[in-house]
Amino acid sequence: MIETRGLRKSFRSRAGRETKTVDAVRGVNLEVAEGEIFGFLGPNGAGKTTTLRMLATLIEPDGGDATIAGADLRKDPAEVRRRIGYVPQGGSTWDESTAREELVLHARMYGIGKADAQRRAARALDAFQLTEYADRKCKTYSGGQRRRVEIALGIIHEPKIVFLDEPTTGLDPQSRAHMWDEIRRLRSDGMTVFITTHYLDEADALCDRIAIMDNGEIVAEGTPGELKREISGDVVLVGLDLAATPQAAQSLDGEAYVNKLETVDEGGLRLYVDEGATAIPQVLRRLDHAGLELRSIELHRPSLDDVFLTKTGRSLRES
Amino acid sequence: MKFARDTWLIFQRQTQLLLRNPVWVFVGVFQPVMYLLLFAPLLKPALNAPTQAAAYKIFVPGLLVLLAIFGGLFQGFGLIAELRAGVIERSRVTPISRLALLLGRSLRDVVSLLVQAVIITLLALLFDLRVFIGDLLLAYLLLALIALMTSAVSYGVALKVKSEDALAPLMNTVAQPVLLLSGILLPLTFAPGWLQGIANWNPFSWAVDGTRALFAGDLGSDRVWQGLTITAVLAALGVYWAARQFARSVR
Ligand SMILES: Nc1ncnc2c1ncn2[C@@H]1O[C@H](COP(=O)(O)OP(=O)(O)O)[C@@H](O)[C@H]1O
Ligand SMILES: [Mg+2]
Repeated sequence: MIETRGLRKSFRSRAGRETKTVDAVRGVNLEVAEGEIFGFLGPNGAGKTTTLRMLATLIEPDGGDATIAGADLRKDPAEVRRRIGYVPQGGSTWDESTAREELVLHARMYGIGKADAQRRAARALDAFQLTEYADRKCKTYSGGQRRRVEIALGIIHEPKIVFLDEPTTGLDPQSRAHMWDEIRRLRSDGMTVFITTHYLDEADALCDRIAIMDNGEIVAEGTPGELKREISGDVVLVGLDLAATPQAAQSLDGEAYVNKLETVDEGGLRLYVDEGATAIPQVLRRLDHAGLELRSIELHRPSLDDVFLTKTGRSLRES
Repeated sequence: MKFARDTWLIFQRQTQLLLRNPVWVFVGVFQPVMYLLLFAPLLKPALNAPTQAAAYKIFVPGLLVLLAIFGGLFQGFGLIAELRAGVIERSRVTPISRLALLLGRSLRDVVSLLVQAVIITLLALLFDLRVFIGDLLLAYLLLALIALMTSAVSYGVALKVKSEDALAPLMNTVAQPVLLLSGILLPLTFAPGWLQGIANWNPFSWAVDGTRALFAGDLGSDRVWQGLTITAVLAALGVYWAARQFARSVR
C-alpha cells in the first residue's frame, strides 16, 4: 500500500544570525501492507510528522521517493491526494463552523457533489456518534468529540489509506479507548491506517506492525511481538533487603538458567533469563535453600520501551 | 470548470462565516463614515471648492480607495488564524485548486468591500454628491481590483510570515507611505514638485486619480484607463504570487 525509498527532509532554521540545518528525516524505507494498522513510534522530534507530511504531499521530500496506493508521490501528487486521507496532529476544524458544515465542505473539496456530500456527512456523524452535536459550533466540543470530527473529515471521501498524526495525544483515558475502537473499525472497513504515536501502550495494543523512529531514522520494524522477542528473554526482579543481597547474588550467580545478573542499588537483584515462568520456581527454591528471606518477586516481560532502550540507548519514557 | 466550482465553494464558505458575524463589515465602514461626517465639512474651504458637493466629488473617491487598500491589506490576519487552526493544511491535502483557495477568499473580501462602498456612496448622496451610475460602476470595478490586489498580497505575506506579530508592522509600514503619497485624502495638486514626482511611481495614486476622474464624470480622461490598466495588471500579479504561496509548503 505504501512503499518509501530513502525519503529525506532537512529544514533550515534561523536562530539569530546563524542558520542551522536540522535533518528531520534521514532516509526512511518503509513498507506498509494493505489493511493493516501501521504505527510510527518515537519520541517528540523524531521526524514522524515530517514523514507523514511528505507522504501526504504537504511538503516536498529533499530526496527519495514513494508509492502510495499505487500512485507515485513525485510524479502524481494530485492522484495521491485523491487516494489518501490525512488528519493533522494539531487539529483541523474551525471554531465557528459546525461539524456538519465542516464535513460537507471537506467532502466537496474532494469534488463530491452537494447532495452526496450531505449524505456522507450524515453517515459519518452517525458512525462517529456525533449526530447529537452535529449542528453546534466546533468550539463547543470536548477534546474527544473534536478529534472524532477530525477523523471523520479525514475519511469522508473513503480513501484507501488514512494517516492519523498522534490521534490520541491529549485525550483522557476513556476517550482514548474509544478512539482505539474507532481506529480498529476503520481497519475492519478495509482501510489501511497509518498512525504516529509516542505512547508505548498504544503502539503495542493497537498496531499490527510498527516502526520505531528516532532522530530521523527507523531503528526497528516489525510486529510488537517480534520486536519484543528480539530482545531475548525475560527479567526476574527479586526484592531483598540490602544486607541479604550479596549473599543472594553469590548463590544465584552461575546458575544455568541465569544469563546475566545485576544488583539493584536499593537492595535486590535483576536476573536476565530466557523463560521467566520456569526460572521463578528455581530461584525461590535456591533462595529458600540458602535461608534467605525475600520481600517480593516480579516477572518483567520485555516491553517496547526495552526495545527502544536497546536500539537507542535511551528510554522512550525519558525522552 | 473545476476551478470555477472550487472558487465558488471557498467563496461560499468564507461568505457564510462572514455573515455569521456581519458586525465586521460595519466595524470596517465605521471609520470612513466618521471621516465622511466629521472631516468632509472642513473640505470645502480647504479645497477651495465652489460647493459642498464639489468637495465630496474629490473626497469620497479617495476615501473609497483608502477603504479598499486597508480592507484588503489586513485580511491576512484571518488567514493566520486559519493556518493555526489547521484549516489550510486540511485544505491542501485535498485536490482542490490552490488558486481557488486564494481567489475564493479574495472575492469574499472584494464583495464585502463593495458593500461598504455602497453604504458610503449612499451616505454621500445625502450630502448632495451626484455621480453618473455608469461612471460609478466603473469606479467600483477599479475599487474591486484594488481590493483584490491588496487582499491577495496580504494573504501571500501571511502565508510567508505565519504570525500576526510579523504581519502587523509589515502591513503598517507598507500602508502608511502608500497612503500619504497617493493623495488619497487630499489631492496632490498643490504638493511640491518632488512629492508629485514620487507619487507618479505610486500605483495607488493612479488608481485614486482614475476614481476621481470617474466621480467627476470625466470618463474620457486618460487617468481612467491608465488607473484601470495598472491596477488590473498589479491585481493579476498579486493573485498569481499569492496562489503560489498556497501551493508551496505551509506549516
Ligand atoms: N517547518 C519546520 N522548520 C524547521 N524545523 C522543523 C520543521 N518541521 C519540523 N522541524 C524539525 O524537524 C524535527 C522533526 O520534527 P517532527 O517531524 O515534527 O517530529 P515528531 O512528529 O516525531 O515529533 C524536529 O527537530 C523539528 O524541530
Ligand atoms: Mg509530530
